[in-house]
Amino acid sequence: MNRRDFIQRASAGAAATALGQLSFQSCSTSKTKKITILHTNDVHSHIDPFGPEDGRNPNKGGVSRRASLIESIKNENPNTLLLDAGDIFQGTPYFNYYGGELEFKLMSKMQYDAATIGNHDFDNGIDGLYAQLPHAEFEFISANYDFTNTIMDSHTKPYKVFVKDGIKIGVFGLGIELNGLVESSLYKETLYLDPVETSQEMVRVLKTIEQCDLIVCLSHLGYHYRNNPKKISDLRLAEATSGIDLIIGGHTHTFLPKPTVVKNKDGENVLVNQVGCYGINLGRIDFYFDSENNKSANGVSIRV
Amino acid sequence: MDKGSKSTINIFALDMRITHLIFLLNFLIFLSCKKQSFTLTTIEGKLIEINDSIPKKNDIESFIEPFRTHLEKDLDSVIAYAKDTYSKSDGTLNTAIGNFMADAIFKQANPIFNRRTGNNIDMVLLNHGGIRSIISKGDVTVRNMFELMPFENKIVIVALKGQQMDSMVDYLCNSRRANPVSNLKLTIDNDFKPVEALINGKPIIKNNTYFVATNDYLYNSGDNMRFFRPNDSVFDLNYKIRNALIDYLKKIDTLKPIIDDRFTQIHTK
Repeated sequence: MNRRDFIQRASAGAAATALGQLSFQSCSTSKTKKITILHTNDVHSHIDPFGPEDGRNPNKGGVSRRASLIESIKNENPNTLLLDAGDIFQGTPYFNYYGGELEFKLMSKMQYDAATIGNHDFDNGIDGLYAQLPHAEFEFISANYDFTNTIMDSHTKPYKVFVKDGIKIGVFGLGIELNGLVESSLYKETLYLDPVETSQEMVRVLKTIEQCDLIVCLSHLGYHYRNNPKKISDLRLAEATSGIDLIIGGHTHTFLPKPTVVKNKDGENVLVNQVGCYGINLGRIDFYFDSENNKSANGVSIRV
Repeated sequence: MDKGSKSTINIFALDMRITHLIFLLNFLIFLSCKKQSFTLTTIEGKLIEINDSIPKKNDIESFIEPFRTHLEKDLDSVIAYAKDTYSKSDGTLNTAIGNFMADAIFKQANPIFNRRTGNNIDMVLLNHGGIRSIISKGDVTVRNMFELMPFENKIVIVALKGQQMDSMVDYLCNSRRANPVSNLKLTIDNDFKPVEALINGKPIIKNNTYFVATNDYLYNSGDNMRFFRPNDSVFDLNYKIRNALIDYLKKIDTLKPIIDDRFTQIHTK
């Protein structure tokens, strides 16, 4: 091969690469996009699996198994978000001994994208939560806790927008009312804001300003209160708001075999999901997007 | 410059133009891509159970290892020896295990409370339901104390007037349970009515203030103990019940509590 041949071949190669890129791009405009959302809630410091003798959950749970499960799902679909709906702390001696350090470090290693704050995350006081923040390489998201007059000020965000394969996913966080649930000396001057009003404002921001394609609420309000049905919960929030696509819940340790579908204020479907507690389950929601020409006439089909 | 190298330059120039064109095309298509929006068509949801069919991730396991080893070693450390097996179901109105807990709280909390306030604790009240496991004969470990007291409750000292102390005594009589107490001697009759209630060996006086040590769960009306509110004052010792039990056991060699006469029923007929 003389020099001229080489250059011709090389430039042909470059052109082919560029053309390949071109055809790939034109391809991607008419394909289906898939976003996977994985979630946990109320893990409560359960790092090791339950033992074989456990009366309720023998051989279930365990962080290192969860890590390999998450890894295999991420390998299958890199466009995956990993979220936690709060109460990371309290429940095993790991928390008593290390104050939440190991929980946050392991969640960072599993590449959690965000978590919201549960009532038990205040168990070592707001200072105890703050002290562990350096170990967390993920975002804390809370829209209805006003931390302005506390040490947590500026260490949480009301929402975060993630872009996966060009799809914009807006995630905002909600916490439960702390008064009466957590001693005030622990949460100090944290203010609790109304979840419904906060959600409507978040939806407005995420839809109109951030132009999100998907709106997820990461909530620690609790699924539903049978004995106090007026108390704000994920089911009530879903009914009372509009624009939310998915509510990932926690607090009530509710094991839902499949997500609940609720009609929102505008008669549109909202998915509400919660996966029990103690890291026994991982929730998985897959969202499929088609380019507009492929849009089905029947709207969104929900297969749960 | 020879002929060969000149034609090479020409090829380069041509190639550059093609490449530029392709970049331009790419850019245009990229713009048109941007305009094409994607619509949500399908949602699938499922629950994945994490069980022993899923392999452990080695790097995570080895990261946890040192934390686990340290923790297990500490949990398994022996802090005392139990002379017998003690359970909350052994005893009617007072139990050996409950007496141990209430007395240990008194002994651990009073010096701290005295140092900080100048006052002394008059009595301790816990709840029977809060005894969460037995203590087995033999070595007592830190882990046993996590089993006995898995909750994070702290010791609080509540200042109560004599009148509210009477409400507390009524509660204890009506409960008919071995709610653990220390430094209170309570005797009831056949009808579960109080015959005598002594603190520091003396009857309760209406206008006196008594310092009652309990935990924050009961102080917050847990187990319907509503007599803690209103009160004259409340003092948070910032000392966990479990830690107080562990600290107490570390100080003694052998644990040998007994069922005694602190809460008894006398049969008059």
